[in-house]
Amino acid sequence: MKPANDKWGFRAEGSEQINLDKADSSLYRRLLNREPGFAACLFCGSCRATCTSGNEGMNFRLAHLLLQRGETARLKSLTDPCLLCGKCTLVCPRNVNIRAVVYNLKIMLHEPF
Amino acid sequence: MYQHNRYQKGKPQQVAVVGAGVAGLSAALTLKKQGVGVVVFEKDESPGGHLQQWHALFPDREPAAGVLDLLKQEVSEQKISLRTQTEVAAVTPSGDKFRIETSQGEQNEFDAVLLATGFQLFDAARKEEYGYGIYQRVITSAGLEQRLGHGGTGLTVNGRPPHRVAFVHCVGSRDEKVGNHYCSKVCCVTGVKQAITIKEHFPQCEVLNFYMDLRMFGTGYEELYREAQEKWGVMFIRGRVSEASQMYDGTIQLKAEDTLMGRPVRATVDWLVLLVGMEPEKRAQLWARSLGLRTGQAGFFSSPEKFLHPSLTTVNGVFTAGACTGPASIPESVSQGRAAAISVLEFLAKKDEAGK
Repeated sequence: MKPANDKWGFRAEGSEQINLDKADSSLYRRLLNREPGFAACLFCGSCRATCTSGNEGMNFRLAHLLLQRGETARLKSLTDPCLLCGKCTLVCPRNVNIRAVVYNLKIMLHEPF
Repeated sequence: MYQHNRYQKGKPQQVAVVGAGVAGLSAALTLKKQGVGVVVFEKDESPGGHLQQWHALFPDREPAAGVLDLLKQEVSEQKISLRTQTEVAAVTPSGDKFRIETSQGEQNEFDAVLLATGFQLFDAARKEEYGYGIYQRVITSAGLEQRLGHGGTGLTVNGRPPHRVAFVHCVGSRDEKVGNHYCSKVCCVTGVKQAITIKEHFPQCEVLNFYMDLRMFGTGYEELYREAQEKWGVMFIRGRVSEASQMYDGTIQLKAEDTLMGRPVRATVDWLVLLVGMEPEKRAQLWARSLGLRTGQAGFFSSPEKFLHPSLTTVNGVFTAGACTGPASIPESVSQGRAAAISVLEFLAKKDEAGK
């Protein structure tokens, strides 16, 4: 027998809404202290488009957005594939040192909080 | 330079300028300095137009009062004939002249007419979903300017600094639902400028800007946007706020789609600022239409030769300048006013030549 909450053929999943009132942006602010320049990011996506590990799930644009909105759960998987090759830094129109940002983020994600 | 009127052969020529905003005053000053008689009609009590309500100007955040004072000073030095609290009721061609009738019933004839009737701000109450005019802490960008003086005391909430302020871009612009399909152009940079001023007053306050596109077209605008991000930590979220509602404590809760994340977003703010756009001055349009002037799709005056002679209208002898021709910044309005004055001088010189 199907569980009760599945009797209509679908079930209510958890809300995917971003609630900025509850967002914890402390990691974002700590990273900004180390690399203030990346606040200038325009989320244009050229970093991802040129990324050597783009096909492996590396996505700085999305990682930055999640950080800014206080969501840290996916950060590790979004930055682990990075090889620190620095191609993203070469193409960034706002000249953000993305390589250094990711490098520092990787350290912070592996540090005890 | 243009000295037609210093060597004028016929009778002294008179020009009517309708509107004493920055465009009208700049045009009047240029005409007067070239020796032409000018009368400026203004429906308000004092000259300066919308500049009078502004606290500081983008992109340098220069105090608006200083710019206004310099302009007024020059107007008084040049002894410009300024008719305040005088609304123009009708402009009618009369032989080779134009008869101007004021709301007081007074009539005078002029050799040329320069319209600098400006704009009116979009009435934010028309976007009902934002609750302007219903919720106390939903204000417009113009209302915010008035609160930005005196260290921003107009923004404190029960004596404490605001925790969070949000801006909504494109209110009454790029919106078919209110009949305004066009971009008002100056609101983007105004939102960035105002966001920075709030951070200057209240460094701990979080500032969010909800935008559809950010159009930083002018000199120094993109740099200001970058400064807002880098130096002041202003957060820009791409997505149009869909609704605002007032909470029990007077704060405003808003909902939007965070389009870069592809997910809905919710936030509670102390102030919601609506960046209202520009609309053509409706009353000026009424008699302008009766004169047979062409207006573009959005209702702003448009020139039949918009590339090379932007101040011309479809009526020979009637000219336009400033935001009555489309959304314009203050320096643009000044340039347009001065350029239109040159077109008027060329017209008067021809008229003088023909009439001697």
